[in-house]
Amino acid sequence: MSRLDIKTPSKAQTVVDNLYRDVERRIAASPPGLCPVDMSLTFLQLCHAQSCGKCVPCRIGLGQLSKLIAQVLDGTGTMDTVAIIEKTARNIVNTADCAIGRDAARLVLDGMEGFRDDYEEHVQHHRCLAGLENPVPCVALCPAGVDIPGYVALVKAGRYADAVRLIRKDNPLPISCAYICEHPCEARCRRNMIDDAINIRGLKRYAVDHAGIVPNPPCAPATGKKVAIIGGGPSGLSCAYYLTLMGHKVTIYEEKKKLGGMLRYGIPNYRFPRAKLDEEIESILSTGIEVYTGITVGRDVTFDRLQQEYDCLYIAIGAHTDKKTGIEGENSKNVMSAVEMLRAIGDDEMPDFTGKQIVVIGGGNVAMDVTRSSIRLGAKKVTCVYRRRQEDMTALPDEVDGAIAEGAEVMCLDAPVRIEVDKNGCAAALWVQPQIIGEADKAGRPRPNKASLPEIRIPADIVVVAIGQGIETQGFEQTGIPIKRGTFVAESSAHVDNMDNVFAGGDCVTGPASAIRAIAAGKVAAANIDEHLGYRHEIEVDIDIPAPLLNNRPPHGRINTTERDAFERRCDFEDIECGLTEEGACTEASRCLRCDHFGYGIFKGGRIVKW
Amino acid sequence: MVTLTIDQKTVTVPEGTTILEAAQSVHIDIPTLCYLKDINEIGACRICMVEVDGYDRLVPSCDNVVSEGMTVHTNSPRVREARRVNLRLLLAQHDSLCTQCTRSGNCKLQQLTNDYNLLGDHYVKDLRPIPDDFSNPVVRVENRCIKCMRCVQVCEKIQGMNIWDVMGTGSRTTVGVASARTLGESDCTFCGQCITHCPVGGLQERDDTGHVFDALADPHKVTVVQVAPAVRAAWAEYFHLTPEYATAKRMVTALKIMGFDYVFDTNFSADLTIMEEGSEFVERFTHRDKYAWPMFTSCCPGWVRFVKGQFPQYTKNLSTAKSPQQMFGAVAKSYFAQKLGVDPHDIFVVSIMPCTSKKSEAALPTMRDVCSDPDVDVVLTTREIVRMFRGEQIHPAVLEETEFDSPLGSGTGAAVIFGSTGGVMDAALRSAYFLITGSNPDPDAFRQVRGMDGWKEAVFAIPGAGEVSVAVVNGLGNTRKLMKALERGDVSYDFVEVMACPGGCAGGGGQPIHDGQELAEERGNVLWTLDKNAPVRFSHENADVQELYRDYLKEPLSSRSHHLLHTDHEGWKMPSQMNVK
Repeated sequence: MSRLDIKTPSKAQTVVDNLYRDVERRIAASPPGLCPVDMSLTFLQLCHAQSCGKCVPCRIGLGQLSKLIAQVLDGTGTMDTVAIIEKTARNIVNTADCAIGRDAARLVLDGMEGFRDDYEEHVQHHRCLAGLENPVPCVALCPAGVDIPGYVALVKAGRYADAVRLIRKDNPLPISCAYICEHPCEARCRRNMIDDAINIRGLKRYAVDHAGIVPNPPCAPATGKKVAIIGGGPSGLSCAYYLTLMGHKVTIYEEKKKLGGMLRYGIPNYRFPRAKLDEEIESILSTGIEVYTGITVGRDVTFDRLQQEYDCLYIAIGAHTDKKTGIEGENSKNVMSAVEMLRAIGDDEMPDFTGKQIVVIGGGNVAMDVTRSSIRLGAKKVTCVYRRRQEDMTALPDEVDGAIAEGAEVMCLDAPVRIEVDKNGCAAALWVQPQIIGEADKAGRPRPNKASLPEIRIPADIVVVAIGQGIETQGFEQTGIPIKRGTFVAESSAHVDNMDNVFAGGDCVTGPASAIRAIAAGKVAAANIDEHLGYRHEIEVDIDIPAPLLNNRPPHGRINTTERDAFERRCDFEDIECGLTEEGACTEASRCLRCDHFGYGIFKGGRIVKW
Repeated sequence: MVTLTIDQKTVTVPEGTTILEAAQSVHIDIPTLCYLKDINEIGACRICMVEVDGYDRLVPSCDNVVSEGMTVHTNSPRVREARRVNLRLLLAQHDSLCTQCTRSGNCKLQQLTNDYNLLGDHYVKDLRPIPDDFSNPVVRVENRCIKCMRCVQVCEKIQGMNIWDVMGTGSRTTVGVASARTLGESDCTFCGQCITHCPVGGLQERDDTGHVFDALADPHKVTVVQVAPAVRAAWAEYFHLTPEYATAKRMVTALKIMGFDYVFDTNFSADLTIMEEGSEFVERFTHRDKYAWPMFTSCCPGWVRFVKGQFPQYTKNLSTAKSPQQMFGAVAKSYFAQKLGVDPHDIFVVSIMPCTSKKSEAALPTMRDVCSDPDVDVVLTTREIVRMFRGEQIHPAVLEETEFDSPLGSGTGAAVIFGSTGGVMDAALRSAYFLITGSNPDPDAFRQVRGMDGWKEAVFAIPGAGEVSVAVVNGLGNTRKLMKALERGDVSYDFVEVMACPGGCAGGGGQPIHDGQELAEERGNVLWTLDKNAPVRFSHENADVQELYRDYLKEPLSSRSHHLLHTDHEGWKMPSQMNVK
């Protein structure tokens, strides 16, 4: 026996460590719609296996909780069982010796609060409220319900135009989404169980880049109905496209000089080249949509007049006003908002930042767009200031990494306190108060607190505020459209309650969100407007989806898109992403597990061929 | 064409053929369980697994297609092990009390378990302590269900009803009622197609044989039984007898042996139905403005439930004539009871039907027109009467033929075809033609409405009345298409026959089950042959029906006819109309 031993993991421990990684990936691949009570029980059993077994509530209590929850699931429990589960879990939270027991029981308690009706349905009716509404995870998570396995299979078969046609059935902006979609579809990709999610957006980009011009389907016979759409962003364009295909006469009223909304006035060219956006808009307009740009509803034309002239209205004005920080000096010269700056860029009016020091306030995707645009506008130094930690930023990690690679300084845990102004009334510096990360808030996100450190001065020629956008409700307030916390209120059908022929959707209803959610809202609105007008036109596309290969998929790395060299790309506004190669696209498409065929994808609810 | 090798045999089949069908084409049987051609090809049970060279894992043969040069092994050691293990896993969650299951001897799981010689249990029995619901004509037994999902698919793809659906997730995934908590609270038509497509005893008819045995044993009851047309084409399948041998008259003998006092024929009341429904059609046709069009047949209770639940605005288009089953019950407890001098309360009417929905029809509150009792006391399916014959040790092969009793035991060729799609329309047109013109048409003049097409259309010219435009549909999926087309105004007809089951009653949900086979056409042909060879082929020429009118009802659509033979379809509600959730 030696006095001390160097710790080396046993073989069993190494294998178990790998298992933990597998479990993490597997949890990531959980499809939406699983029975929450069943999942609680399963997590609880995992937690119980972690117990050291010393304290009574953890060693025995967690086991009893499992048995009781199993009774609920098996239909042998009563409402008393539910009460005992709650009491027992509360006791374990209160008395367990360490986090193993306490947090395991907390999971159960959270569940009892979050989905009590599920517990009750199991007890009283022996059934589950949950269910896989769409058994294909990527399709279930795409707000627009795009047939992803279908177009991935078409990319694999080299049928790129068919892939675009298939996407357009549910999303008329395939090019935009190919470049900038935040791809919620990838989050729970079943491939995570084996190795890593399919690069869905990368494959879509390959399809749109190689499809050539894809004509739109023919429009249904004219119905004589007229619909006005207020706002020509992704939501308005989507709604216009489908309504036009359905045979209605659509007119878009756009406040700005050009159509595209945030796709043009929020997203810089280096992420989504304007030529591509113009190509997409041109394709949509070619269906026969009438457009008025530079028209502000409420100023140039009244809402009431539109309501009288048209059979239906769709409001999709987006979120284009800026939010203020409220700190001292915010109104001085050389302080601008992200919205202002990106709008100018959208209209090709490039500000000159040559040799200047830029300070950006914010941690979202817009803050990153501003940061990276500032670098391209010739700034000497760009500093992005955020009051929480980098991992708390709402910006996509790739965006933050990209900005850093291009030379941006990201200062985290620094809260802006005031803008120092020189004698000319121009911003000279941003003063920040260093923070220390603290206890979690209700949502579980740790709060930043003031650290016992002195304020820091960050010299600035220009300060850009990018802390969020709001909705321009002015001009709509008198129309009777319900407004709550600065956004329009509409039902899940996009119909505006108490207004017969008015629908609304996109950012102006949800608050600033993503292009695909706005597109989905436009699609939903189109369907319900069509119905409201007394029709039931169906949108479908006749494409034969290639049969899957036999289910035999060994682990295989994910093929990612690459980016242009950071040192080179920071000097221009050209596209930074290099799409997949043909070899890469074909290999990546082959990784798809074809959940449209395997599992319940082959069953009813699997492939939605029309809507 | 694709060429591949299956078990050393070279096979050439069209592209897109499944491995399973390619094997079948060279007489290599791959066992299946959940598979139902064109209806359920989802690879759920994993019994049809085969080994394909070049692939590590086994492949289900039912939902994978052949490729050029593929080499398939259908019976390798790995395949054998896979089938045995997967069968045993299914058995762990299957209540294997085969001795007490109606499907014993006709169960795919039992057959495969026997074929693979699976003796003893390897796994822990894992049944769910959930009570079964016996309150409806269709009964689902949770612990027999193997979750093959055939019922869900049949209900959606063939019947378009979506009553059954996958419920829950994970280990407790099962089949349940989609839009309501129980079957009774749903708008299920009780067509029973889920039962006849179930590979095991997971779905079955509610067994009502006990009530019948009780009545037979009760000395105070006069037991009267009626046999529906389609039953005679299928009742002896269990006994491996041909319908040519196992005639309705041999069935009469069997029923007499069981102790029924009177054995009658639903054909009688089918002829009566034609008299009423045909007269009603002529009345509507000659007073077009007073009625909603088209007129629909009303003899199929699955269809009546369908129209009330799915297209309630068309309920008024249904003929008010009762179905033959219900007309029979009403006549038996009135006219016949009077003839016998017996209190109608003491008459016990049993009907033998190819149908599960008939059980719900007989239980309707509007079907008690003679006394306070139901006009029909108990409805048995073909499967139940076969079980009763078995229990009585009756062997149809050695029985003599016996005539049906009089007076409710006679039927024409026009009546017997009620059991097949197009038959009601054909019979109605034969008599409507007579009622309008005063002379008989060629009995085969309306043959266009016959045959297995799901949606048939025809226009017939009737001298003096003009053109009559008719449609005949079978299967509720086809029916929904027709109803939508009617709603949109794409089609218009004068008279529409609907039968809820594919092929009509011959393929009814109460008929004997032969897994993977659709026998509606074959059985229907038996009925059409009976019609062809019948001495009388017109309902209005049924002498006993004529006598009934002469002695009791007076004439079609008389006030007594209205009271006994017609019904108010608005007199009861479907669950969705009662707003039950």
